Amino acid sequence: MKPLEIPTMDMENKEVLRRVEITGDMLLNMGPQHPSTHGVINFLVQTDGEVMKRAIPEVGYLHRSLEKIGERCTYNGYMPYTDRVDYIAAMFANQGWAMAVERLLEVTVPKRAEYCRVIACELNRISSHLISAGTMAMDVGAVTPFPYALREREFINDLLEELCGARLTYNYLRIGGVAFDLPSGYEDKLATFLDHFEKIIDEFNRLITYNEIFIKRLGNLAPIPAKMAIDYCLVGPNLRASGVNFDVRRDLPYSVYPELQFEVVLGRGEQGVTGDSWDRFWCRVEEMRQSCRILRQCLAQIPKSAGTTAEIMAKLPRKLKPAEGLEAYSRIESARGDMQYYVIASGGENAHRVKIRTGSFTAMGIIDTLSRGLMIADLVALIASLDVVAPEIDR
Amino acid sequence: MNPTDIRARLAAQFGERIGELAPAKMDPFLVVQPADLVEFCRYLKDDPEMAFDCLMNLSAVDWPKKNQIEVVYHLWSYSKRHAFILKTSLPRDNPEIASLDSVWRAADWLEREQYDLLGVVFTGHPDLRRIMLPDDWIGHPLRKDYKEQPQWHNISTTRESPLDGYIRIDEVKKKAADAAAAAALAAKKEVLQ
Repeated sequence: MKPLEIPTMDMENKEVLRRVEITGDMLLNMGPQHPSTHGVINFLVQTDGEVMKRAIPEVGYLHRSLEKIGERCTYNGYMPYTDRVDYIAAMFANQGWAMAVERLLEVTVPKRAEYCRVIACELNRISSHLISAGTMAMDVGAVTPFPYALREREFINDLLEELCGARLTYNYLRIGGVAFDLPSGYEDKLATFLDHFEKIIDEFNRLITYNEIFIKRLGNLAPIPAKMAIDYCLVGPNLRASGVNFDVRRDLPYSVYPELQFEVVLGRGEQGVTGDSWDRFWCRVEEMRQSCRILRQCLAQIPKSAGTTAEIMAKLPRKLKPAEGLEAYSRIESARGDMQYYVIASGGENAHRVKIRTGSFTAMGIIDTLSRGLMIADLVALIASLDVVAPEIDR
Repeated sequence: MNPTDIRARLAAQFGERIGELAPAKMDPFLVVQPADLVEFCRYLKDDPEMAFDCLMNLSAVDWPKKNQIEVVYHLWSYSKRHAFILKTSLPRDNPEIASLDSVWRAADWLEREQYDLLGVVFTGHPDLRRIMLPDDWIGHPLRKDYKEQPQWHNISTTRESPLDGYIRIDEVKKKAADAAAAAALAAKKEVLQ
């Protein structure tokens, strides 16, 4: 047997190191297995004591070539893979893909299916924001809120499990509709959960959001001005925390969102400058309240079911074959912001090109600039406040 | 403004260099020459009527039949709430185009991703290196003719299918069953004789 050769990395010639000027500074690897980087990400931190000169994000540890897989799968067969784009908020990736392909095929989704989608997505948004807020609090040293957030997330997991049989990678949406109708008695269960959860948001605010230490820690930390946020293409709560009044659900309405009333939560600089880390945290907490509001309206407005498949699935050919060269672009408001799918049809049963533009990817691009002059401990808070999820960056 | 108006305004500024909007069935787009791209984009960003303040998406598409790599820019304006799509074609063997990093900072990472996965070289980019794959990876995976290297640093990139084992067990069982049946038949014949 051939002896195992241990690969040696030529550190002198590594491109990254050449970029950092050789001074008396310390060069630290934060990650890839660091608990506060929210997944497998590496930060190459150049520091002078506690103050960073810069932090260079090194991503790609979770690259699974999802775009290449999209070129090989059938349109329906790709749906479970989209779950893996962002496992904290899998429902949105489902919806983006479904919407892009429906646009290629020019399919109209039945009303009840659209309501089912919105219910599933808004539940998923709450659970994603709970994880985000909980881990962010934990990253800056407040351990208590995290179990509280996880406890509430369990209820949502149960609700989603009842809906689609899975607790993390849902694979609930189908091209042209949804896989299952709401189970009997689901509306009552959801209403009970909302009654319970709306009070929890206030409790969560008392516990952590308006906690004095928390505010002093995060207010004024790494503010992103609106212009910079747009230039770096930040999306979702990160963008709105900077005061940019934009929400895909309201401004480029899709699904049944035009029929639903909700507020777009904007950062106001309540505890410091507009667009600081506290604003980003607060935006997510308040968005949960708006999601509850949307869910209540969905429960009141959802069309009554007669139990037929036609109510939850559009009629589609057995083999989906959009014409060659057709292109579709879909934009949805995911938990991490504007998620975009760009699909080009090949004429066959699979796509010629699938491009997924996610919020975390562009959010990572801003960290290099923002980290200059921050403390190392603040880098952790900054990463958490941008709510990056590693698989969504790498895809 | 809708894409037709945007195209008309671009044509008023740049004259004949602006072509017609492509008659796509979905979203109309404008094909531009690679050499003009940065100038047009700067105009689209700075003109107060256009105000495209955000580069929303940047994707490269490989077309081996046409021997081209197409780069698609999705622009978006937060102040005017309108979108526009620019496309440009590059030769497949030497895809080079000017970087938009000086216009929109978001282009930094988006261009690095397309360089990594499709091998489009963005000239003038401040830090063009691989982003998803290791620095010493060979090839660009989203090209249609990409062949994966069998190994990277002595780590195999392929593995045996675990299902192969099951097939072999099936075959073993089938062979055993066949042998048993043959033996039974032989025994039966012996009894008859």
